[in-house]
Amino acid sequence: MSSKKMWTTRVRESTLERFEPKDLLPDVQPAYVASWIYIFGVATIAAFVMLVASGLVLTFEGPAWWHTSSIGHFYNSIHLWSVELFFVFMVVHLWGKFWMAAWRGRRWMTWITGVISFFASIVTGFTGYLIQTNFDSQWIATQAKDSFNSVGIGAYFNALNTGQAMLIHVSLLPLVLGGLVVWHVILVRRKGVVPPIEAGGSE
Amino acid sequence: MSPQLSKHDPAKKWSGPTRKYDLIKEFVIAIVVVGLLAISLAALFSSPDEPALTLKSWAISDPADFIGTATGELAGTTVSAGYGAPYNTAAEGQVLGPLKLQKWAGVRIPINPADDFVIAPLAIDNDPAVVSAIAAWKAASVDQQGKWANAYADALGKSPKAITLPDPTGVFGPVPAIATGLYGLARTGALDGLLAAGDTPLPTNFTKPLLFLADSGTYFPDYAGARHLQGDQWGVMNETGSYPGQSWLWLYSFWYQIDPFKSSGNADVLVMATMTVLSLALLFMPFLPILRRVPEWIPIHRIIWRSWYRRKEE
Repeated sequence: MSSKKMWTTRVRESTLERFEPKDLLPDVQPAYVASWIYIFGVATIAAFVMLVASGLVLTFEGPAWWHTSSIGHFYNSIHLWSVELFFVFMVVHLWGKFWMAAWRGRRWMTWITGVISFFASIVTGFTGYLIQTNFDSQWIATQAKDSFNSVGIGAYFNALNTGQAMLIHVSLLPLVLGGLVVWHVILVRRKGVVPPIEAGGSE
Repeated sequence: MSPQLSKHDPAKKWSGPTRKYDLIKEFVIAIVVVGLLAISLAALFSSPDEPALTLKSWAISDPADFIGTATGELAGTTVSAGYGAPYNTAAEGQVLGPLKLQKWAGVRIPINPADDFVIAPLAIDNDPAVVSAIAAWKAASVDQQGKWANAYADALGKSPKAITLPDPTGVFGPVPAIATGLYGLARTGALDGLLAAGDTPLPTNFTKPLLFLADSGTYFPDYAGARHLQGDQWGVMNETGSYPGQSWLWLYSFWYQIDPFKSSGNADVLVMATMTVLSLALLFMPFLPILRRVPEWIPIHRIIWRSWYRRKEE
């Protein structure tokens, strides 16, 4: 069998061999990459790291720990404020990329992975609110169920099933979100940072 | 002006002027700054944690509402009893024009509020009055059960503070004894465990106790309303206390504040459909003919890249 037809060869050629090490971790950027707006992408990832770190502590101690321990409550507070910062940074990043028309130059997949990451973040944040095991989570669950039920999703994702929301929040969504963020960043590195509008013309 | 600054195919690798950019240093600084910011905000503002409400706290705090709701479950007049899919077939559910998405998804979480919330939990009650009331209820026809429960529900509605009413003519049948029995069970805290542990002794699914609690006429909604959590108070995005909550859901909450959404019986499906359309528009922005040109027409990009444009004009 020709090595060209091997799945392994094809995957290697379409992934690893398309990148030079300098493309993945460049130490120079186009001169136009000089604006505060570029901070918000990396700040979003930094907040995500804080979320995973504080979330891991809460995971190892169990869902009810933070109700009875002052240290647990502090870690819950770090988790809460990390998610607030995460969304602030992400929304500014998203708006920034919109006004930069950052999809130009065949960067549409970078935009789409970013928007899907935004939606996945909303679902992750929502399931986090569902598993607080306090009044907030009770109220949010009973209200949100009507939205899910109205479109048939509630038959499969039951907001009142704390165990289901907890497993999805802790095991599935961070993996999905982490994967999307990695994909998004690789696309940014591969396509390069979008040039200014007049400099790059309009597609 | 340098020709390299004037025009560049955005799809091609940049060949114009460059600058040093230390990505790893930027990432490490971001982690440190954002980490310190999150820890500082946590230390300064903490996080809200109002204890969960229970069926026990409901029965003790608002007994008339508890009795009224329990009677409503027997009469089939509560929200859960008339909900439709995924719990039962009592209603068609919300519709989006000809699309009956709620109904089509089917009854995947079957719940009969009268049996599941009231009759089944009372099986552990050894009080002879309750045992005999349950036996009478089970022996009666559905039509007779409805007459008893509706008569008692109507009478309770006229005496909103009452937790039991005399029945000299017997029109309430066994319903007062059943409702009072459930109330007694709830006050001990046993009902919380019985509803949560119906499927497994180690519960993680609180569908039944939460649906029953959400059927409450005053206790649960008033508690939330006092904390600005109701739907018409932008409740979907709020949380208890003065905290930002899920502020990123503002657009989703917004639709519930205006017509035709807020006055529609299909508000949830209408909002979900609207948000789906808007989300798809955001997702496929690169391909939308007019919207994708907006950033070129409104020159916010000139603020973002102001140093670049200044250099270009020199």
